[in-house]
Amino acid sequence: MNDIFDLNFAISILPSLGQAALVTIQMTVAGFLVALPVGLLLVCLRLYTAAPISYATIGVMEFLRSTPLLAQLFFMYFVFPLWGINISATMIGIIGLGLHYGAYYSEVFRGGIESVPRTQWEATTALNLSPSRAFLRIILPQALVPVVPAIGNYLIALFKETPILSAIAVAELMQRAKVIGADTFRYTEPITLTGIFFLVMSLLSATGVRWLERRMRKGTR
Amino acid sequence: MQRRRTGNAFYVCYLLLAIAFGAVFAFATDSLSYLPTLAEGALITVEITLMAAVLGVFMAFVSGLARLYAPWPLKWIAVAYIEIFRGTSALVQLFWLYFVLPQFGLELSALWAAVLGLGLHVGGYGAEIVRGTVAAVPRAQWEASTALNLAPLHALRRIILPQALAAMIPPWGNLTIELLKLTSLVSLITLADLTFRAQQINLATFRTVEVFTLMLVAYLILSLLLTLAIRWLDRHLALRFGRMA
Repeated sequence: MNDIFDLNFAISILPSLGQAALVTIQMTVAGFLVALPVGLLLVCLRLYTAAPISYATIGVMEFLRSTPLLAQLFFMYFVFPLWGINISATMIGIIGLGLHYGAYYSEVFRGGIESVPRTQWEATTALNLSPSRAFLRIILPQALVPVVPAIGNYLIALFKETPILSAIAVAELMQRAKVIGADTFRYTEPITLTGIFFLVMSLLSATGVRWLERRMRKGTR
Repeated sequence: MQRRRTGNAFYVCYLLLAIAFGAVFAFATDSLSYLPTLAEGALITVEITLMAAVLGVFMAFVSGLARLYAPWPLKWIAVAYIEIFRGTSALVQLFWLYFVLPQFGLELSALWAAVLGLGLHVGGYGAEIVRGTVAAVPRAQWEASTALNLAPLHALRRIILPQALAAMIPPWGNLTIELLKLTSLVSLITLADLTFRAQQINLATFRTVEVFTLMLVAYLILSLLLTLAIRWLDRHLALRFGRMA
């Protein structure tokens, strides 16, 4: 315990942390894949239904956005089994991330959809496209392209929220770091390495998003 | 496509609905007796939110302005601070302050670790808001200040910052709501906030559905109150300082 940061110990726990980092990335991707359709569903219900359903959707969306992810996870983790829904902590983590970020994505999509000129709808009517076909083939593609950077930014935010899943014992990176800390009484190395992993990954992905943004600006000119 | 507006009326209605639901639910499920304990937790949540917000605003202005105007050593310290606290998770930062810092001989109480961790985290995000809005004030405003023979610091304080401030309120509002949500993480470093209290009651009584529902409703009410407060502040400041187009 003399060394503040024991390099040999740090190296010895790397394989274990690396394995858990893989789980973190899997959870991120799975949560993202749930969040996209959830966001699309929410924005469609908000924009294209009668007032009661539309306002109810806004209510749900605001609820998902304004209560903490941790509180939502605890609710699902403890209450679902009582309702006879027995799913693993991993699944609850994925659903939790998906619903929470689905609410954020619905706002991102709304921005994109509202920026598509009205005349595009009129043109699809003139071409006799059915509304659903017009939405999926004409409106949505135009709405999504300009919001790709925003989608990327929220993906990074989602990635950085995955350590919260350690609270319901999903075996991701933070959980592994805590377990190593509890086993060896050395928290410095595992938690610092966890921090470095998130820092490097988010700096890299932020650079990626900026590159995408620049590329797209060139594309639209 | 319908554009449903969510103005003040919407948020007030939603708030009243949430309060009514909470009251009826607590009454109907016979769980009124848990409300005082949950309220105690909510108070801690609000306290930590406020303290971290004060630290966050301070750090945001210092590091945001340092990133824009300070000479290079200070500037790079500000950049490093902003990138580190934006690039790692809030929970990792809290755990680092709470579990790792003592090994360097610096023992923080859970409360101070929470305030420091969340404050620095939010400060990193806030710094980018400060930087963005200050940089967005038209260049001509600086030139006009020079023409009027104002010292740079004086111009920044009296001319540039007030204009940036008006544009800053909506993004700061969003960030404050994120902060309120982040405070739930302090329950994981043993602070008795709303989430912690709910878990405690659940373990003692096994009234799981009731307790966790009331917890979520309480967070919703706090967020809606905060949203309304920010909207009021926004309108107020927009009138006071004018909004840039």
